Amino acid sequence: MTQSFTQMFESVLLHNGLVTAFATVGIVMWVSSQLSRRLTRGRLHASAIAIMIGLGLAYYGGVVTGKEKGMADFALFSGIGLMGGAMLRDFAIVATAFEVQVREARKAGLVGVVSLLLGTLIPFVVGACVARAFGYDDAISMTTIGAGAVTYIVGPVTGAALGASSDVMALSIATGLVKAIIVMVGTPFAAKFMGLNNPRAAMVFGGLAGTVSGVSAGLAATDRRLVPYGALVATFHTGLGCLLGPSVLYLATKAIVG
Amino acid sequence: MIIYGTALLAICHLVGLYLGDLLGAAIGVKANVGGVGIAMLMLITIRLWLHDRGLLPKETEAGVGFWGAMYIPVVVAMAAQQNVVAALRGGPVALISAVLAAAACACCIALLSRTGDHEPLPPLPEELTDEPESVRMSASH
Repeated sequence: MTQSFTQMFESVLLHNGLVTAFATVGIVMWVSSQLSRRLTRGRLHASAIAIMIGLGLAYYGGVVTGKEKGMADFALFSGIGLMGGAMLRDFAIVATAFEVQVREARKAGLVGVVSLLLGTLIPFVVGACVARAFGYDDAISMTTIGAGAVTYIVGPVTGAALGASSDVMALSIATGLVKAIIVMVGTPFAAKFMGLNNPRAAMVFGGLAGTVSGVSAGLAATDRRLVPYGALVATFHTGLGCLLGPSVLYLATKAIVG
Repeated sequence: MIIYGTALLAICHLVGLYLGDLLGAAIGVKANVGGVGIAMLMLITIRLWLHDRGLLPKETEAGVGFWGAMYIPVVVAMAAQQNVVAALRGGPVALISAVLAAAACACCIALLSRTGDHEPLPPLPEELTDEPESVRMSASH
């Protein structure tokens, strides 16, 4: 045998990068769903745990290789670069729009629209200001981090469209992720303060809290009947954020900051 | 055929990105302006149009649905290739922005839900809380 069994296995993984990525991510998702169910009783959504594991792996990859693309810098896991790259990411996000029921959406009415707009604008402004306070004072970085405060998808989509640097992209995702976790875990506790006991409030919540997994998990833990109302408005959040982020919000930021 | 759905998605994606680039060029920004958002709107519109004419069999829907369901896994892969080392050097930006943003939004929600009709739903009868698959771990993020 010129090659050991492990070398042959590694060779298979290496030459089937994307397929290896599918298997890896699938395993991470499974581990996350187990952790979500057993450790947090579904309080913390599996997707949030999986993304945290992803960021953790990226950190590990960065530390070991000393390079900038997290796990994708390992030859064995280079397929992760394709699976999580801009093309497939945007492709999958567009696909989620397929589930939107426009007729249902009309029921959300004006209050849904208002909360969607506020839910995009307010976190953006907060995120951009905090970014500025920490020294990220160029329009692209401020916009990207502000967009991350909207959701952890709007952030990197905006960042990619504007050509933000990878560390700003990571911050953007991290911001969105922390916010999603806060929403998921904190909603039942803050439900009374927010008046979250009727469908209209759930729609307002969906528009302002934004992240669909955060909203669904948060509402599910508060009052399961409210989930569809919140999720309905929240599904527009990504689309609106992706539309406004690299356009109106970036231009406004650029006009103010230069 | 299932590829019809995927091709539909692909065409919307491409046209949307193209329009986004055009828009960016038109306003003088070297960036793609809302391409993904435009693609989403296109997909919603076309889907409605096809659905109303009975031109959307289950297979075609599945061709799009699969990729929507791949959304979270793709995001996980995306997270796994970020420059987290550099981000951590950036300090507590993420934590502080997120907490402040969440707090600001919670206050807005509290305000808005106290306007208009806020008749609470009748209380739920006490049920078992163990429903592992009820919170769909699917396409939505």
